Amino acid sequence: MPEFEPSHPPLLAVSGLSFARNEQPVFGPLDFAVDAGEALLVQGDNGAGKTTLLRVLAGLLRPDAGDVSIDGRSATASLRSQAISYMGHLPALKSDLTALENLDFLCGLHGRRRGQLPGNAMGIVGLAGYEDTLVRQLSAGQKRRLALARLWLAPSPLWLLDEPYANLDLDGINLVNRMVQAHLRDGGAALLTTHGAYAAPPVRTRMLVLERAVANA
Amino acid sequence: MIGSAAKALMIRDLRLLWRRRGDALQPALFALLVVVLFALALGGEAQALAKVAAAVLWLAVLLAGLLALDTLFRGDADDGSLEQWMLAPVPLSWLVLVRTCMHWATTALPLLIATPFLAELLHLPRAQLPVLLASLALGTPLLSLLGAVVAALTVGMRRSGILVALLALPLYVPILVFGAGSVAAAAQGLDPTGALLLLGAGLVLALVLAPLAAAAAIRIALD
Repeated sequence: MPEFEPSHPPLLAVSGLSFARNEQPVFGPLDFAVDAGEALLVQGDNGAGKTTLLRVLAGLLRPDAGDVSIDGRSATASLRSQAISYMGHLPALKSDLTALENLDFLCGLHGRRRGQLPGNAMGIVGLAGYEDTLVRQLSAGQKRRLALARLWLAPSPLWLLDEPYANLDLDGINLVNRMVQAHLRDGGAALLTTHGAYAAPPVRTRMLVLERAVANA
Repeated sequence: MIGSAAKALMIRDLRLLWRRRGDALQPALFALLVVVLFALALGGEAQALAKVAAAVLWLAVLLAGLLALDTLFRGDADDGSLEQWMLAPVPLSWLVLVRTCMHWATTALPLLIATPFLAELLHLPRAQLPVLLASLALGTPLLSLLGAVVAALTVGMRRSGILVALLALPLYVPILVFGAGSVAAAAQGLDPTGALLLLGAGLVLALVLAPLAAAAAIRIALD
C-alpha cells in the first residue's frame, strides 16, 4: 500500500495501546488509525480482546499504556462523549418501557442528530409499528434493531459496534451494512468487531486481526 | 444538555414507576408492617408506645430505605444503562444525583407523607410531630445520598445484600442518632434545633460529595 500523508488528522488514531487484566496481557501494543469514511473490522477468536479493545476506546476501561487521539486531539472524557457512540453486548434498554420511550430517553441522554426523529429511525431499522410495544415483548433481534436505531439518532461521528450482527437475520445484517455505509458517506467512521468475516460491509474496510495473548508470556 | 438529560431521566423513572406501581408501594408497606407489629408486640399500651414512637418511626423509615437501596442502580447495571450513562456527554455524577433524587422521591417521600398516620398509630404526642417530620425531611435525603455511595460500591456484585447492610449501617448510625435524638430532645422540652441543623449541614455536604463519590464507585465497579 503506498504511503501518503493525509492533510487532516485521522478521526481516530491509536498508538502503543495495550491493556492487561491481572498482569495478563489482553491485547497490544496496537497502532492503527481510522479515517473519516472508513470502517475498521476488528477480527479475532473468542477471548482475543475485541470487546476489551472497544471498551478501552470508548473510555469504559483505562488502558495500561498508549495514547488514543480523536481528530488529532488527545481523547478526554468529554471529547469521547461527543465523538463516540458505543453499542455493546448489553442493549441498555428498559424492558418495562415501550420502544419509543426508550429511544426518547437515550436521545435525551446522548443528544440527537439534527433532522432525525425517533419515529423515523424506528422505520429505518424496520420496527415501524412497534413504537408502543414494551421492549420485554420484543425478540433479541428486534432489541438489537432498536439499539441500532439509537445509534442512528446519535450525533457522534465514530461508531464502536461490538458484534453488531449478533442475533440478526439476513435482512438485519444487510441493515447494519447499509447503516454503516450511510454513516461513512456522511463522513463518519466505524469500528466493528466480528468473529467471522461473513458480514463485512461493502465499504472501504480495513482489518485488524487480534490474536489471543499467550498466557504466561 | 445537562437539563435535557436530567429531564429525560426523570421522565423515564416516573414511567418505570408507573409501570411497576405495585413495587413502588413496597417501602411504605414495609414501614407500616414494622410499626404495626411493634405496636402489637408492645401490647398497644398508649403510654409505653408514645415514649418510643419517634424512635420506632425513624427505624422503620431507615430500614425501609435500606430495603429499597439495592434497586437504586441494580437494574441499570444489569441492562447496560449505566455504561451508556458513563459515555453520555453529561457528568456521571449529575446523572447519579438525579437518579438518587428520583429514588428518594419515589421511596422515601411516600413514607414521609404516611408518617403522620403512622405516628397516630403509635400515639406520638402531637407536639412532637413537626419535629419528627422536619428530622425525616432532612434525614431521609441524607440516607438516600449515603446509600447511593454504598449501592454504587456494590453494583458490580451479583448478590450484595449483606454487604450493602454492613457498609450502610455505620454511615446511617449518626443520622439515626441525630434524627431520633432531635425528637427525643423535643420530648424532654429541650431545643431540637441543634440536631436538625447538624442533619441539614450533613445533607448539604452529601448533596455535593455523595454524587461524586458514587460516580467514582460506579466507574470502579463496572471496570
